[in-house]
Amino acid sequence: MGVAASEGVKPKRLPGVEGVWVFIGADSVIFGILFLTFMQDRFKNPALFEASRHTLNMNLGGIDTLILLTSSWSVALAVQAMKRDQIDREPRLLLGGAVTGLMFMVSKSIEYFQKFAHGITPGTNPFYMWYFTLTGIHLAHVLLGTSLLTYLWIRSRRGTYDHLHKAVPESVASFWHLVDLLWIVLFPLLYLMRAA
Amino acid sequence: MSVLRERVTWVWLALVVLTCLTTWGLSQDLFSPAVAVVGNFLIAAVKVRYVMLDFMELRDAPIPVRLVFEAWPFAVAAIILGFWFAAPAV
Repeated sequence: MGVAASEGVKPKRLPGVEGVWVFIGADSVIFGILFLTFMQDRFKNPALFEASRHTLNMNLGGIDTLILLTSSWSVALAVQAMKRDQIDREPRLLLGGAVTGLMFMVSKSIEYFQKFAHGITPGTNPFYMWYFTLTGIHLAHVLLGTSLLTYLWIRSRRGTYDHLHKAVPESVASFWHLVDLLWIVLFPLLYLMRAA
Repeated sequence: MSVLRERVTWVWLALVVLTCLTTWGLSQDLFSPAVAVVGNFLIAAVKVRYVMLDFMELRDAPIPVRLVFEAWPFAVAAIILGFWFAAPAV
């Protein structure tokens, strides 16, 4: 019974290499501090932040969230396929992750151009400074993640990854999910937070 | 591998439904600002938790690591909501 019980317990592990988790932890703390500083600035002038928030495209922000969630899902399925040595499934799932990453970048570019066309820049007021800074740093993460997913897609077409060779894709996937979860907080913070 | 048999598929579906509820439901003027903001950030914290547990596979991580990461979305939500309630009404 003892043997049967121990066989049923999955060993505790972190996916990918440990270094990527140090990065994910540090990045999460940095974003936590940025969120706190944003709220401190909002505290000083909630009326300005509320008026400026209304100029953001909430529908586009919601669609961006759905795009990133779908992207994360596709990459999570790709990692599951690697664990089961379903090598033929990996390329299209990784491509799905990369293409949706690209879709997010296109959507964000459209949003930026709309703002610039209306004369709105980071210098317009503190809200827009935060809007461009937070979404800009996040967009840099999306660019890096999409590039890494494209690299994985190219390598996966040669059958590089299986249950024994998955440390690199697992690390990239963990980073990509971080990009997703940061947006899950950023979206309500900038687009949905009504004033009292 | 049927996609429907994967736990991540059901998690993804739940996250999509919650996103639609907060973006196009809870954020409309039907609810008071306090209900909308508290609801939005608590749901965001729950969504982040499931991204961590199921997409990032922290469900199988060593317990101390899992606890530290799981605390992050709720700490962030608490900070944001604390400042929101402290801010003067518009």
